[in-house]
Amino acid sequence: MKHCEYQQIDPQALSTPTPTLPPQHAVVQEEKKGETARRKWEVFPGKNRFYCDGRIIVAQQSGVLPLTLGLILVTTVLFFVFDCPFLLKHLTVFIPAIGGVLFVFVVISLLQTSFTDPGILPRATPDEAADIEKQIDNSGSSTYRPPPRTKEVMINQQVVKLKYCFTCKMFRPPRTSHCSLCDNCVERFDHHCPWVGNCVGKRNYRFFYTFIVSLSFLTVFIFGCVATHLALRAQGGRGLMFALQESPASAVELVICFFSVWSILGLSGFHTYLVASNLTTNEDIKGSWSGKSGTEDTGNPYSYNNIITNCCSVLCGPMPPSLIDRRGFMPVEESSQTVATEVELAAKNEINVCQLVLCLSVFVCMAHHHPPLGGQLSGLCSVLCWLMSKCTQGTKDLLESASRSPCPQAGKPQTVSTSCPDSIDPADPAVTFNPDVTSDPVAVPSLKCGGRHHSHTTSPPDEPRQLHHHHNRHHKTRSARSSSKRAALHISNPAYNVSLSPPTSPGLGPSHGTGAEEHVRDSFATLH
Amino acid sequence: MATEFHNLQELRQSPSLATKVFIQRDYSEGTVCRFQIKFPSELGSRIERTLFEDTVKTLNTYYAEAEKVGGQSYMEGCLACATAYFIFLCMETRYEKVLKKISGYIQEQNEKIYAPRGLLLTDPVERGMRVVSFLSNTLIYCHGRSSYQKLAI
Repeated sequence: MKHCEYQQIDPQALSTPTPTLPPQHAVVQEEKKGETARRKWEVFPGKNRFYCDGRIIVAQQSGVLPLTLGLILVTTVLFFVFDCPFLLKHLTVFIPAIGGVLFVFVVISLLQTSFTDPGILPRATPDEAADIEKQIDNSGSSTYRPPPRTKEVMINQQVVKLKYCFTCKMFRPPRTSHCSLCDNCVERFDHHCPWVGNCVGKRNYRFFYTFIVSLSFLTVFIFGCVATHLALRAQGGRGLMFALQESPASAVELVICFFSVWSILGLSGFHTYLVASNLTTNEDIKGSWSGKSGTEDTGNPYSYNNIITNCCSVLCGPMPPSLIDRRGFMPVEESSQTVATEVELAAKNEINVCQLVLCLSVFVCMAHHHPPLGGQLSGLCSVLCWLMSKCTQGTKDLLESASRSPCPQAGKPQTVSTSCPDSIDPADPAVTFNPDVTSDPVAVPSLKCGGRHHSHTTSPPDEPRQLHHHHNRHHKTRSARSSSKRAALHISNPAYNVSLSPPTSPGLGPSHGTGAEEHVRDSFATLH
Repeated sequence: MATEFHNLQELRQSPSLATKVFIQRDYSEGTVCRFQIKFPSELGSRIERTLFEDTVKTLNTYYAEAEKVGGQSYMEGCLACATAYFIFLCMETRYEKVLKKISGYIQEQNEKIYAPRGLLLTDPVERGMRVVSFLSNTLIYCHGRSSYQKLAI
């Protein structure tokens, strides 16, 4: 087998644009193994649902989105079928045309509001969370009392308090709020709208606004057209009842439009006010900037104090990209991390043995100079020298194979490049995991071969491969179980966090040592 | 294909852990993406203050350019609205273009300035635009089409 030619660049280590890599990665993987690597949306910690392989994101409960869509569709279809022919004949062709355009706008903006990422902030990596914890502890709060966890910042000469989100483990940026329904922190959080079945935040507010404005136009338009239609039919003294009998669908449309126009118009007006003053529903409801606390004039620090500028910045501002990389591939850190640990531990054990042997041999050689010990010691020396040579050879082989293994893949530890020498025999006692030896975080990343995807240099034959299959299945079930538990229980076990969070360095700090150890121990329990 | 032999002995001589230093966001001008220019004490003497500040200031300038509410963004927004946002399927937004420029800049900075000093700058986009992080004491491998390149130690 040839060395893997495809480019495996650690997306965390190098700032190369990651979107270009995963498709290549996926293609190579699928070609070579017929198995798919997991995408990040599959392990997303929030309560969202994904469709079309991560392209579409919705909240966990679709709310009344089907009802919204249904009502709009039914009303518009009835309008086109029952009212448009009459109006086309008696009035103008523009009526169905305008109706059509408005309908298209409404449906598209509704779907975009529902299926777009509202501005979800990815959760903090364990390193970031640890760094923040360190900063909080340094500022002198005691460990027994839960600290208030707010941070004050000055925004445009005004003091704003940033709250710490315990779920996402970070201080929320200004205007960000945590949606309990979706279990995500959303930037510029407006509200969670059940009618569209999604949160409304920074990225989809403009779609939401377009939706409600175009829907209010559509509702008013249909209401007006249906009223005109009935009025025209009732002309000539025939009466409204006669008109309704001739066109019963119009009655249905009238009722729907009449009851919805008030709420939709009201909502549009409210959001127009919010847009003009650069406020969010959340801030308006909480009264954040309404000067409730007395003396100072606490105005909105985000407002440009100009209606047009506010409108333009909210609606026509630049469209920020989604920060959750839904379709990116998960680096398989849990299995490869344990593999790397295994390789590193084997090397360490061999080295420790070598060191011991070296010491002993030095001691013995020194003692050799004492005549009484004589011949026995010379024999012992030769044995020791033989052992030392074996050790050095073993270590060298190990290091050579670790460095030369060219098969970085997100994969399965049982995948082997036959160009690598079989330097680790699972039956070799040196490979036995010693629970007392903690993995040295420095050595772990150093034995990487092609980024984060570690090579596994086991011998190819069946038995170890089966063991590793089992090992990997064990990991998969663990990750599947832990991902399902995670949202509910917020497990803070760093081992789980490492396996599930977005790309993190395998070099965990000492605070994560025990968690990683436990994780590694479990996998080794399966292996042996 | 050139390969590199990784001597474990050599690695053991640098026993310090792979540490991360995070530079947080600066919210003094609102919710625009800006990072604090304050030099973190953890970096100590590993990098000159001026180089660090230059990098962060340049990044801030790029982000300000991406988020600028001006003529081009209005046109983009209006065009998008007029086409019922279908234009986003065909065209890359200005923000995305600037983010690509930023990635290129960060890579260049890493190669020229930070890697020789044993540091690695990560792109804030990978951290949800919350932090810029510096990694130190990590070996990173880039398996290019033809060779291995050791980037940082």
